[in-house]
This record gives sequence, structure tokens and C-alpha cells, in this order.
Amino acid sequence: MSNRFKIFFKGVTDVSPLMIPVVPFGIIFGVLAIDLGLSPLTTMAMSIIIFGGASQIVFLQLFSAGASSLVILSSVGAVNSRHLLYGAVLSEHMSDFNMTWKIIISYFLVDQAFAVTNPYLKKSNDKDKVFHSFGAGATCWTVWQTTTLIGIFLGSIIPEKLGLSFAVPLTFLALLVDDFRKLINVIVIIASGLIATIGYEVIPFKAYVIVAAVSGLLLAMIITKFKGSNNG
Amino acid sequence: MVEWSLIIYCGIITFFSRYLMIAILKKEMFTDRIREVLSFVPSAIFPAIIFPAIFLDNTGDLLLEANPKIFAAIIAILVGLITKNVIATIFSGLISYWFLIFIIFN
Repeated sequence: MSNRFKIFFKGVTDVSPLMIPVVPFGIIFGVLAIDLGLSPLTTMAMSIIIFGGASQIVFLQLFSAGASSLVILSSVGAVNSRHLLYGAVLSEHMSDFNMTWKIIISYFLVDQAFAVTNPYLKKSNDKDKVFHSFGAGATCWTVWQTTTLIGIFLGSIIPEKLGLSFAVPLTFLALLVDDFRKLINVIVIIASGLIATIGYEVIPFKAYVIVAAVSGLLLAMIITKFKGSNNG
Repeated sequence: MVEWSLIIYCGIITFFSRYLMIAILKKEMFTDRIREVLSFVPSAIFPAIIFPAIFLDNTGDLLLEANPKIFAAIIAILVGLITKNVIATIFSGLISYWFLIFIIFN
């Protein structure tokens, strides 16, 4: 077994446990897209072209609510802005990768792949360490495409009265579970949620997602600044 | 009919947010303060999807009374807090939702 394959395989096995929650997420995306009237081809294309669960779900929600392209694009941009945080830690470990690898890894690097690739790159000095990121990313990709496909098939079978669209808020709720224990996060969560709920009908162009997100972040800035100056 | 161009633009935005993080952004560009604020991004954006999906009905009206989604979401939050498990959170919410709509509210 070549060294590259060994490292690739390590990426696959490292990320595999994190794929368990991705399975229902992918299926829910496929089912919902079909429910909302998207064709199987468009649904599959979204998973291949966008390849980001949160981005795709936000896209679906706003698209079905009749939001404009600009609002959908800016909301997807806001959802992706969490990736900027990763840049602070990841780019220094990837500085030896060539341009082609950086592009390939960029396409593959969803949150789960990031979660295992970052600690690995931090301690590995292997010249082929990029294959770890590649293995982790390719695993996420395969699982996401397969579960989207399963969802597309199930979408035409699952009865609408099951109310599976409720799985969307539950999935995002599950992503926030670690933040429920932190007071400032809870305040931001409630503020953003209330603004979105009240603003749903009031804010024009279905821009409630972006307005609520920006307000929540501003509130976080104010609270943390106040708290910081209090301590100092 | 979904615009193909819209899907492609969203793909480009998603790709570049990741490309920025691995190829362009450097640790030195982020002060502790910026990092602190960015850590709140999920808490700021996900509730904007969660809350309307729980508290509003299909027509966008506020639904506070006899809303099974509120009870199911509370159960999911409690299970999430106790187990810290993503799958348990999602399924406890879905199962209690089905229990409520098919047995209690039926």
C-alpha cells in the first residue's frame, strides 16, 4: 500500500464517524427539494455545484418563499461567512500545497472535513499530507451525493402530511447545541430568531435572514465589547 | 424552475469562502477580537432559519397556540443539552412532533 493511499485512507476513517449526522441531513435536503417542486436533476446539480448543506437548505427555503436572487445570494454568503474563521487556523498548515490542490481541497472542505483535517495537518510533517484532506473531503462528498440521491427517491414516496420540513429547523437546532450553554450565544440566538420571525412579513424582499444575522452579529459585538471592557 | 445561473453563483460563493480560508486568509489577519466576533456567526444566522420555521404557519402568520412544533423544539433542545448528540436532537424532535400531530392534536 503506497504512502499516499495510506494517508488518503486515514482521512476517510477519521471523518467517517462525523458522517452519521450528515446522512439524515442529505436525505432531508433531497426530500424537501422534490417536495418544493425541483426536478431530480436540479436537486442533484445543487448538491454537486454548491456542495454545502447549510447553503443548500437556505437556498431552498428562500427560493420557495419567493426571494429574489440577490437576497438568496447574500444569505448564502452570510451562511458561508463562518468559513472565514477557519481561515485563521487552516491556511498556515496548507501553505505548501500547490494551487491545484488548494482548489480541489476548497471544493471538498465542508465543516466535517475541516474538523478532522485541521488537527491532522497541525501535527503531520508528511510531504503527502494533502491526501488526508482529500480523503476526508472525498468521503463527505460521496456521502452527501448518495444521501441526496436517496432523498430524491424518497421525496416522491414520503407523504407530505409527515411534515418532514420540520426537520430543517431541527437540523439547524442540532448544529447550535453547543452554544445553548453559553449566555451570550443564547442572547444572540433569541434576538436573531425574534427579528427573523417578526421580520418575516415586515422586512421587504424576504431579506429577514440577512437582517436577523447582521443584527445578531452586531449585538454579539456590543455585548462582548461591553463584557471585555468590564473585565479590563 | 430554479435558475441555473443562481445555483452556479451560490456554488461560486460557497467555493470562494472555502478558498479564502485555505489559500488567502492568514492567521495574522485576524485579531482575537475578530475571531471572537466571528465565533458568533452560527448563533447569529441559524436562528433566522429556525425560529420562523417553528413559530410561523404556512402562510407566514404567527402561530403560538396549539403549535406542536414549539413543544417538539423544546424537547429537541432539552435532548440536545443533555446528550450533546446531533442525531438524538433531530430525531427526538421529529418523533415528538409526529406523536403530537398524529396522536394528541389529531
